Amino acid sequence: MKEFALIFRLNDIADFKPTPEQVQERINWLAGIAAQNKLADKGNSLLPFPGSAKTVKNGNTVTDGPYTEIKEFIAGYVVVKAETIDEAVEMAKDNPIFKLNGNVEIREILKRD
Amino acid sequence: MAEWQPNSDLLTQLFRQEYLRMIAVLCRHFGLEHIETAEDIVSETFLKASEHWAHNGVPENPPAWLYTVAKNKAKDHLKRHALFEQKIAKDLQPVDIEAEKPFEYSSQFITDSQLAMIFAVCDPGNSNESQICLALQILCGFSVEEIANAFLTKIETIKKRLLRGRTHLRNCNFQITSLSKTAIKLRLDTVLQTLYLLFNEGYFSRTNDQVIRKELCSEAIRLALVLTENVLTNTSQTNALLALMCFQSSRLEARINDKGEAVLFNEQDKSLWDNTLIEKGNYYLVNACDGSEVSKYHLEAGIAYWHTTGTTENKWQQILQLYNQLILIEYSPVAALNRAFAFANVYGRQKAIEETEKLQLTDNSYYHNILGYLYESMDLNNAIGHYKQAIALTKSKAGKQTMQKEIDRLKKKRS
Repeated sequence: MKEFALIFRLNDIADFKPTPEQVQERINWLAGIAAQNKLADKGNSLLPFPGSAKTVKNGNTVTDGPYTEIKEFIAGYVVVKAETIDEAVEMAKDNPIFKLNGNVEIREILKRD
Repeated sequence: MAEWQPNSDLLTQLFRQEYLRMIAVLCRHFGLEHIETAEDIVSETFLKASEHWAHNGVPENPPAWLYTVAKNKAKDHLKRHALFEQKIAKDLQPVDIEAEKPFEYSSQFITDSQLAMIFAVCDPGNSNESQICLALQILCGFSVEEIANAFLTKIETIKKRLLRGRTHLRNCNFQITSLSKTAIKLRLDTVLQTLYLLFNEGYFSRTNDQVIRKELCSEAIRLALVLTENVLTNTSQTNALLALMCFQSSRLEARINDKGEAVLFNEQDKSLWDNTLIEKGNYYLVNACDGSEVSKYHLEAGIAYWHTTGTTENKWQQILQLYNQLILIEYSPVAALNRAFAFANVYGRQKAIEETEKLQLTDNSYYHNILGYLYESMDLNNAIGHYKQAIALTKSKAGKQTMQKEIDRLKKKRS
């Protein structure tokens, strides 16, 4: 079995704080994957707020996190187990993030022996 | 036990009550590696009681009599037995044993000994199966035949499991005499898991025998109660487990009808539910919620709590959320399937079919059972097909009967 990181991106910082219904949808989705015994790591949410996000660039330039520009930001990730990337894609398709116009990037994890 | 005629009731009662305690006390004295010796001594003591009491009448304080005789037998044994002399020769020679190590049987000492025994038996190195067998034999006093009945397994198989388990215990040489804080911390998880398995063995028993089922469940509760009597083992998880056991036990009567058939949850006669046990469950659940942790026992107790409360609108929503958390803590096919059933109750059968079929637990009877239920409103043939597969995959007679009834009902509906 391979492992894939599903990386969630949102466009609007206001969407980061979900309503109770959205929380429920997300947990339902996550538990649905765990119920197939295909959740490798329930991952984390990554706070996008001022003070919680910084970027260091070449020359020790420190900028505030991605929220300053109006562009999408990473909201979190989980790691799933799947035979193929297509299977991981199918799992991602059911995620409620698309209702918020977000997106999911799927990346196979390189396993070092 | 016919030969115990004169006081057989009293002796039977004392045997049930004291046999295991006495072994625990003796083991604490000898060390666990001599459990067979302890068992022999206690058995001989009861034999002597049956003879002696028949001739001389019942002594004033029967338990004290038993403990005194057992103590003397133990001392004789210590004196005579070469193995023991070798082992503790240096302790034996200079001083009188009695002065050195008095046999205690205060109620506190008995409770502590029982606790130590539980921890000694629940060894993480033993398989789940042999652990339950050992617990049943050493902690609950079940005979090999009784264990074989409970497991629907051959006596020989049980004997082998017990032998393996006991050999392992002997080789590990767990220190039962002084149960340290560290040992308790290290083993408490295994102890709780064993009691959980023991309870489930009764609650979801392979046997239809109600008496055995109840006995297994009440033994698991009794042992869990011993854990609540010690500060070190009276943890929030222990209380959560006990709450779970109380809630589940409250429905034992209602789960099987007088023909020995399993009764589905929705069809159970709620007046048969035991309210005292539900209240006890509530009590331990409150004790368990000290905010320190949420274990699988907390979640399962929470689910059982919602099942025992009357119908509130968002009951299934709550249950689904608890199953969501449970499956995120620890995957198990049973939890996945129960979650699917809760999902159906919240989001409807159609969505639940999609969710359930993803599980692909095709060799699990319950998987097909749920799909049979879910397909009923959409596709009768498919539903019947799933029920048939479920029947083929289960060994439970009661389960087969219940599902066959469903098939008959669906066939009528189809025609």
